[in-house]
Amino acid sequence: MSSPASLTWFARHELSLSWRDFITMMTAGKPHRQMAVIIFILIASIVMHMFAWAVIGPSLPFTGSGATDQGVLIIVTGLIALSFSLMSSQAMESVTRVFYARSDLDLILSSPASTRRVFTVRIAAVAFSTTMLSLLLAAPAINVLAILDSPYWLGAYLLIFGLGIIATIFSLSLTIILFRTVGAKRTRLISQIVAALVGAVFIIGVQLAAIASIGSVSRLDFLVSDTVRSWAPGNDSLLWIPARAAMGEPGPLMLVVISAVLLFGWAIVAFSSGFSEKVLAAAGLSHGISKTRDRGPSFRQRGATATLRLKEWKLLLRDHWLISQTLMQVFYLIPPAFMLWQGFGTTSALSTVIAPVLVMASGQLAGGLAWLAISGEDAPQLVATAPVSRASIIRAKVEAVLSAVAVLVVPILAVMAWVDIAVALVCACCIMAASASATAIQLWFRSQARRSNFRRRQTSSRVATFAEAFSSIFWAGSAALWANGSLYALVLVSCALLVLATARGLRPNLTDEFLH
Amino acid sequence: MPINALEISGLYKAFDRPAVAGLDLTVRGGEFYALLGPNGAGKTTSLRMVAGLLLPDRGTIHVFGKNALTDGLETKRITSWVPDEPMIYDRLTPAEYLEFVAGLWGVDAKLAAQRSGELLEWLKLAPHAGGRCEGFSKGMRQKVALAGALIHEPKLIILDEPLTGLDAASARLVKDVLLDRVGRGATVIMTTHILEVAERMAERIGVIANGKLVAEGTLGELRQLAGKGEGSLEEVFLDIVAEDDTVVTSENRKDAA
Repeated sequence: MSSPASLTWFARHELSLSWRDFITMMTAGKPHRQMAVIIFILIASIVMHMFAWAVIGPSLPFTGSGATDQGVLIIVTGLIALSFSLMSSQAMESVTRVFYARSDLDLILSSPASTRRVFTVRIAAVAFSTTMLSLLLAAPAINVLAILDSPYWLGAYLLIFGLGIIATIFSLSLTIILFRTVGAKRTRLISQIVAALVGAVFIIGVQLAAIASIGSVSRLDFLVSDTVRSWAPGNDSLLWIPARAAMGEPGPLMLVVISAVLLFGWAIVAFSSGFSEKVLAAAGLSHGISKTRDRGPSFRQRGATATLRLKEWKLLLRDHWLISQTLMQVFYLIPPAFMLWQGFGTTSALSTVIAPVLVMASGQLAGGLAWLAISGEDAPQLVATAPVSRASIIRAKVEAVLSAVAVLVVPILAVMAWVDIAVALVCACCIMAASASATAIQLWFRSQARRSNFRRRQTSSRVATFAEAFSSIFWAGSAALWANGSLYALVLVSCALLVLATARGLRPNLTDEFLH
Repeated sequence: MPINALEISGLYKAFDRPAVAGLDLTVRGGEFYALLGPNGAGKTTSLRMVAGLLLPDRGTIHVFGKNALTDGLETKRITSWVPDEPMIYDRLTPAEYLEFVAGLWGVDAKLAAQRSGELLEWLKLAPHAGGRCEGFSKGMRQKVALAGALIHEPKLIILDEPLTGLDAASARLVKDVLLDRVGRGATVIMTTHILEVAERMAERIGVIANGKLVAEGTLGELRQLAGKGEGSLEEVFLDIVAEDDTVVTSENRKDAA
């Protein structure tokens, strides 16, 4: 047994809480589902290994030539850069929560326990969770490579461990810099935006480079293209250290792991002394009253429906964190939009790339906004006790969601219409269908939640999450096929309708007070 | 003959077990009525059904003669509900919140603006009218919620534990506002665990236990019922509730036998 308030005691406490949180998230709070979750994880793991086998198998062998083949080094380095950007993004969000989430910090900081220990354990927990997620995604590929190519690939596990720590320390340093430069008030919002950018920047950057240089959105085609080979340094360059570490070369691997451990130690020494100050500064924010200078349109002289609609818009526009989270999906529209702007906007590019991406993004965006308007209603009892019919409340919320989606997609649709009006019309129809479907699903599976839980909304109902994703995918596919004049579009439309019918059939029997 | 503000008859609602088990309750127009009962007695469930937040399994509810179950919109127009946990929008200012509520209840904009100013002033929220509610204390949030409940001048005001967590000054202010409304003809129904408040403010007091009304009357009538000549409401209440528990226990014993 570790003594109370020691480092191991805090670590055990933290691990126990994280485990319970993980189980709750996986089972959506229903403990009897644990066996089903284990079976699901096993099946998913087998499927992921089969997928990795199918993708990697034809490209083997790597080793032998791997250490000298520049193409292999470029691809592995590209994948590591992608993983690192995603790890940094996740770590940045988690580090922000370390400073801003109140939960038990008030209790711990008011105790005589050492702040440095709390800080060490929390940052280690961030590094651990960041590493675990990447390991989960990369494990099938590593295992397949170890079996089919060379056991040296198992070194990639150690590399991910090292990269997880480096990504966490990178994110921690960035957050501390933000605290010092922009202050506690703005750090949370800016770090959320930076996290989103860091996560998306590599994928989008490579896609944009691919469009600009080879006229394709394929990242892999770009990485193996002659353009990249001509830019790449020689095989003895330090740039390839991570790739060589992934392939199990002992020197580079030890270098990465030792650097990671040293960095971690440095960060704890350097940043732990200011931890409680920053937490207190972040805590102080909730006690201040922020003034609203620009009130925007007034609620006066509007009908109840218009009042409700305006309320949804006002709340969304005033919550910058929610805006950044909601618009995350829109980031992925940048490459197709760039493609359109670059002059690749031929009808074929419109229908095969831009239309489905736009439909998919609209569906996801509508789902997020619908969750905010319906489940994230902060005063459901007020709305429910107002003399407004259920139909009017639903209409107002649906209108608020769909009009917000329209504001974002109409400009892109207008440009599309300039290139090809028929494709733009098809795209508009599918966007409406995808957005309406996502909104309907959120309505059927509504459950009262705090708006701040927006990022974890998927955990409330697995059926709703999958139904929303699949309906968006089917509508996106329908848009691509319909725009190309294929009658197979009807098959995908039927699939989308089947998903909706199934979701409606599986909807819970709601006994909530909202929308009687 | 004056119309009763609220008439509940044979109200029944069960979740895992009956929460409200055949409640009959009448509250007169213009009355300040306090509803007391131990935790889980069915007070909040009953009032949520009156406010249209829950549908009963059976029974009838009439608000000023209108059937709340078949004519919900009409009864909502003249009713307001203040829950124990104030539910307001963090990103709106108090002034905007009141505008929003007035919009929902269809109050004329000019009238709403005038009432909003008066309420904010009266509840000492005027200096914060332009600040967002996100930084407000519990007391300030409760006052904003109360102002929202009054902006459409409801005839029936239902409050569930409105004074929980309020400091003395805020509690006094809320009590003053409620008494003023009763003075102007509104009916107030309030649940509370603070028995002194019920003792001082309410004209009549109802005691609910196990989903049923077990005692009702003025403080004097309740004292008589409990056989406590000069006892405080606390003593009377504990006596009534204990008696009811005994009845239930003995019934359970009979069932078990």
